[in-house]
Amino acid sequence: MLRFSRGSRWLLMAIVSVVLIFIYAPLLVLILNAFNERQISAWPIQEFSFKWWVVAYESEAIRAALLNSVIVAFGAMLIAMVLGSLVAFALSKYEFFGKGTVNLLVVLPIALPGVVTGVAFSNTYSNFLTPAGIQLGYFGMIVAHATFCIVMVFNNVFARLKRMNPSLQEASMDLGQGLWGTFRLVTFPQFRTAFAAGALLAFALSFDEVVVTIFTAPPGVDTLPLWILKEMARPNQASVVNVVATVVILLSLIPVYVSQRLSRTENEK
Amino acid sequence: MSTVEKTSQRPVSTYLHKRPTFRLVALLALPMTWLIGVYIISLLLLLVTAVWFIDPFTSKVIPGFTLDNFVSIFSVPAYLSTAIRTLAIALAVTVVCILFAIPLGIFMAKIARPWVRNLLAVAITLPLWAGYLVKLLAMRLTFTEQGLFNWLMEPFGITGPGFGIPVTVLTLAYLWFPYMALPVFTAIRQLPHNLFDASADLGAKGWPTVFRMVLPLITPAIIAGSVFTFSLSLGDYLAAKFVGGSTQMIGSIIASNINLNPPVAAAFSMVPIAFVVMYLVIARRTGSLERM
Repeated sequence: MLRFSRGSRWLLMAIVSVVLIFIYAPLLVLILNAFNERQISAWPIQEFSFKWWVVAYESEAIRAALLNSVIVAFGAMLIAMVLGSLVAFALSKYEFFGKGTVNLLVVLPIALPGVVTGVAFSNTYSNFLTPAGIQLGYFGMIVAHATFCIVMVFNNVFARLKRMNPSLQEASMDLGQGLWGTFRLVTFPQFRTAFAAGALLAFALSFDEVVVTIFTAPPGVDTLPLWILKEMARPNQASVVNVVATVVILLSLIPVYVSQRLSRTENEK
Repeated sequence: MSTVEKTSQRPVSTYLHKRPTFRLVALLALPMTWLIGVYIISLLLLLVTAVWFIDPFTSKVIPGFTLDNFVSIFSVPAYLSTAIRTLAIALAVTVVCILFAIPLGIFMAKIARPWVRNLLAVAITLPLWAGYLVKLLAMRLTFTEQGLFNWLMEPFGITGPGFGIPVTVLTLAYLWFPYMALPVFTAIRQLPHNLFDASADLGAKGWPTVFRMVLPLITPAIIAGSVFTFSLSLGDYLAAKFVGGSTQMIGSIIASNINLNPPVAAAFSMVPIAFVVMYLVIARRTGSLERM
């Protein structure tokens, strides 16, 4: 047993409280400021109102940014679902030379600082592809997002495949199913929840990403985080940004919550 | 005989089943084409651009070979001091995270009741998904001149630090704290109970046990967590931009040069990579990366 004196326990509890306050107070300030009547956010809030929610709802720019975010996140998710699952299958079932390198390649886009990844893509697009007459435009942003989203699908599917019983697939083949039939009837039903959970996390990651987006978004195109960023750069912080930020908190928590539920129900079986 | 008939019905499956190498290549072909063709090539092209230069009159990028961009990292005083400042900030963030993660981990793993422990685990993981920019905005609202912090401190006659390096460190610690707190908590939780019993039997009270038994045993987890807090802080520049006042970090230099002088931005991108690789090499020597 680890025994502490009463004083030490109080000290530890005080530190834990400080950490919790430190984590949640700023988020609370942000959410409450979304209901601030004034244009400029400040504390304490003098008057509450839904004014800025109406402004945000009616704003064309915000709606366009939201649509862009969803399109990019959806495109990146689809690409990541295919590529991440393929790598997961290869790494979970085969032993081969260079396995560690392949693993590193998948993790690298998220391990390197976002600014490096962003600058690398931006440099390729504007200093190599554009002079060669290739304009990726909007698709360039999806390509960049998909690259760092692969790891999300990979992690989830790989973990599940590792736990799966390989004799089930062998039995299926012994019973006369081909590779496709085995995949469709035996393998896929076993990892589809992990597949969906990984896809949702990939969506959430892309939806929230800002640094790589700064460097790869074509001129005039804003995602929701880019819109927030531009508003933040203005000298006076408008309360409408807090509304959008509150919505982003909700929108990014939903996929994570669903993905947790998906993984959990499967683990309990 | 029936086996032969069945296999002949599925020529593709039979062909693939006999050739595992071919199956492996087929699985990896698409993802590797993407990761190498899109990402690794981009990184290499960045390295290539780093030895190019721009025409001083037209500011167009000209292919060639010069090491001036790399030399400028060391020869321009502002660049060198920014690199050192960034390194110091990343280390400070790591230290702040460690200092809070250890007491939190001990409380969660050894003192809290199970339901409190579970609640705390969720409470610490949740903000990880609240959004990077949202948290940055939240910290900005808290530490701005008319923010919560100054309001709370006003009765004590204290005014907040204002936007600068201390708030930047605090904000980065806020952003990456879960990456340190979770592995530290897990490591303390996984320590065998009988070690604590042994320590108590030998007469050690709470704190001596923490310092002489727990800390050495959880060092690998701390190092694993520090890889995240360190490298994520190192590449960040938006925190410095929004809560750092005039603070510049390596990322700020990269971002401000990407359109003006791409070769300098490219050369500077190698600095965080070099720092992170160095940190990983040191961390690997301690043998703590295998457990990640």
